[in-house]
Amino acid sequence: MNFDYTDEQNALRDSLSKWAAQQYDFEKRKAALKSEDGWKKNWATFAELGLLAASLPEAYGGLGGGATEVAVITEEFGKALVVEPFVPTVVLGAGALNYAGSAAQKDEHLNAIASGERVIAFAQAEPKSRWALNDVATTAKKSSAGYVLNGQKAVVLGGPQADHLLVSARTAGGQREAQGISLFLVPKSAKGITTRDYPTMDDTRAAEVYFENVSLGADALVGQVDQALPVIARVVDEANAAYCNEAVGAMRLMTSLTQDYAKQRKQFGRAIAEFQVIQHRLVDMFMATEECVSLALLATIKLAAGDEERARAVSSAKALVGRQGRFVGQAAVQTHGGMGVTDEMRVGHYFKRVTMIDATFGNVDYHLRRFAALNAEAA
Amino acid sequence: MDLEFSPEEVAFRKEVRAFIDANYPAQVKGKGLREDLSKEDMRAWHKVLGKKGWSAPGWPVEYGGTGWTATQRYIWLEENARAETIPPLPFGVSMVGPVIYTFGTPEQKQRFLPGILSGEVWWCQGYSEPGAGSDLASLKTRAVREGDHYIVNGQKTWTTLGQYADWGFFLVRTDPNAKQQEGISFLLIDMKSPGVTVRPIKLLDGGYEVNDVFLENVKVPVDQRIHEENKGWTCAKFLLAHERAGIAGVARSKRNIEKLKAIAKQEIGDDGKPLLEDDEFQRKLAELEIGLSALEMTELRVLARESAGKGPGPESSLLKIRGTEIQQRLTELTLEAVGNYAQPYLRDMPGGNEYRVGPDYAHAAAPIYFNWRKASIYGGSNEIQRNIIAKMVLGL
Repeated sequence: MNFDYTDEQNALRDSLSKWAAQQYDFEKRKAALKSEDGWKKNWATFAELGLLAASLPEAYGGLGGGATEVAVITEEFGKALVVEPFVPTVVLGAGALNYAGSAAQKDEHLNAIASGERVIAFAQAEPKSRWALNDVATTAKKSSAGYVLNGQKAVVLGGPQADHLLVSARTAGGQREAQGISLFLVPKSAKGITTRDYPTMDDTRAAEVYFENVSLGADALVGQVDQALPVIARVVDEANAAYCNEAVGAMRLMTSLTQDYAKQRKQFGRAIAEFQVIQHRLVDMFMATEECVSLALLATIKLAAGDEERARAVSSAKALVGRQGRFVGQAAVQTHGGMGVTDEMRVGHYFKRVTMIDATFGNVDYHLRRFAALNAEAA
Repeated sequence: MDLEFSPEEVAFRKEVRAFIDANYPAQVKGKGLREDLSKEDMRAWHKVLGKKGWSAPGWPVEYGGTGWTATQRYIWLEENARAETIPPLPFGVSMVGPVIYTFGTPEQKQRFLPGILSGEVWWCQGYSEPGAGSDLASLKTRAVREGDHYIVNGQKTWTTLGQYADWGFFLVRTDPNAKQQEGISFLLIDMKSPGVTVRPIKLLDGGYEVNDVFLENVKVPVDQRIHEENKGWTCAKFLLAHERAGIAGVARSKRNIEKLKAIAKQEIGDDGKPLLEDDEFQRKLAELEIGLSALEMTELRVLARESAGKGPGPESSLLKIRGTEIQQRLTELTLEAVGNYAQPYLRDMPGGNEYRVGPDYAHAAAPIYFNWRKASIYGGSNEIQRNIIAKMVLGL
């Protein structure tokens, strides 16, 4: 048993936190958010720091790392409230290509992702699908040239920044059937694609994507036709593990910022941290965060395990992070009093981020249910 | 003991419903309590009620109250919630008005009460300060008497909708040497006075609802002080108890539960069935409804005591705590119900809420959830309310 990070992983964390402290502090972040292209400069830096290549295979321009590198990066991103579409591109996009793509697809796209020239968004959720990965109404019909895509995708994170979309579409079967789902990689500029871009509550960006008779070559297919669901489930588990680590970064900051505030804020002639009701709340926040650190770590480690073990660990972590993230966020705001609900204090932005992570790829109830279903299957 | 409505009360409900249907202003119909209401939206209904003489049902009749029984007032609130009206803002009718008719001089009553009733004069509250939140009595804003006026200096904060206000009621320190609570006075200040600066504060949900108010050598005539000098804390305590009593929001929460059910009917749950049929969601709704039912009965018991001549006492802290907890839980479940579509933030988009992304009911779910965290903080934080119950009710 070994919970230590390697020297390389520690170096990665250090260089990233150093960069964030200097170049991505709260004020600089705010300024970048205001400009349409503010993210591009940061993205180029991610490439320079090796963040985009860290978890990709060496054969395709990567540095040969894996889930642990992603966890280190996303936790630091959580602390710095990074809004660039790292998980959509590197975990979901590159992940699906890596597991299911052809050698030609990997060669073309993974190299480009590693060097920062390719941004991918995963067009998976649909207006009525909620978080069910098998609920796919978007269709890809076979044509003489390849496929024709029709449908709508909802809340596509990173959609506005992406140049390519990884799209789940139905090639066979009924709307909620596990079989018959396929993945396609499509340039966003393809004829027949329109988007509605918007910011999200937590300052990331997303889009509604509409496909109207979008003609795809046969080479747009990623992996085997009709057989994409296991690949989707796997990369979504990896994304959820990454988001759990990001939430852990945010929770660590909320607990420490709230401790600092309670020590410094005086009412009734003393620091509010001296009141027992506040002390116990700070303790509960600390414990909740530590539990989440543990399960985020477990989820990260189990990403390499078999499907069922992986799913159990990821759903455990996502359910706990959802519940405790809500608790820590609410407690952090409450302890800050009126200041906690202002835009000017960082603490509320972490709260928004963990809340939106809960609304991404399954909330608490979804993952409790998935965990229980796995139990039932095993019994 | 019974909970039946009498034939007169049933007739009253009919009358009220008909009045609301016929007179609720078209300008705000269907807007509910959405985030982006204009100044005039917020007081359109208040102005109609002012003309009818129904803007302050809780006031004594001699000052403009309706003379309704507690049950009639309950029916009134229920019917307003049902129609999703935008109620009169609390600052005039529920807060400063009762202080003025209780502690004010005849001249002050004559001068200020009509504008409160009609909705013509917009009031705001100057209580909290950067260093005086839960510990309100430690406030530092200073008022120094100079002949027939005071000179006021200091900073107030969390002044809700102060950016629109014509007048404000302020707690200021008039005797810095007295014990904390004993050196405070209650002043009415014209917000157009030289030296008053209002600066809106941006909140988590992206909106501007509260303000910092800076007071720099503001001249305030002595006849704008309510009650005696250094007796302001009496007014403050009286007002806070009144504020807490109205804060439970039972009728609105009932209505919001119905809205949540309507959303859950349209949303598809994890198993492909409507969310409203989902066991887990049903259980959460049931818990919420049971909590609300208990709150409602508790409020009715407090109201009954009140109409028996006992003013709202420290028990109203219970209504504030549970009422705001239920309101917050409602915003939480609404956020859960809308799923992925909790995420888009459309307020700053061209066309704002009209920028069509996802179902209309989803747009405000997250902003309201984040905004409503304020409820357990304002009006005396829920921690302070528990202290009040511990001390005043349980004698601990």
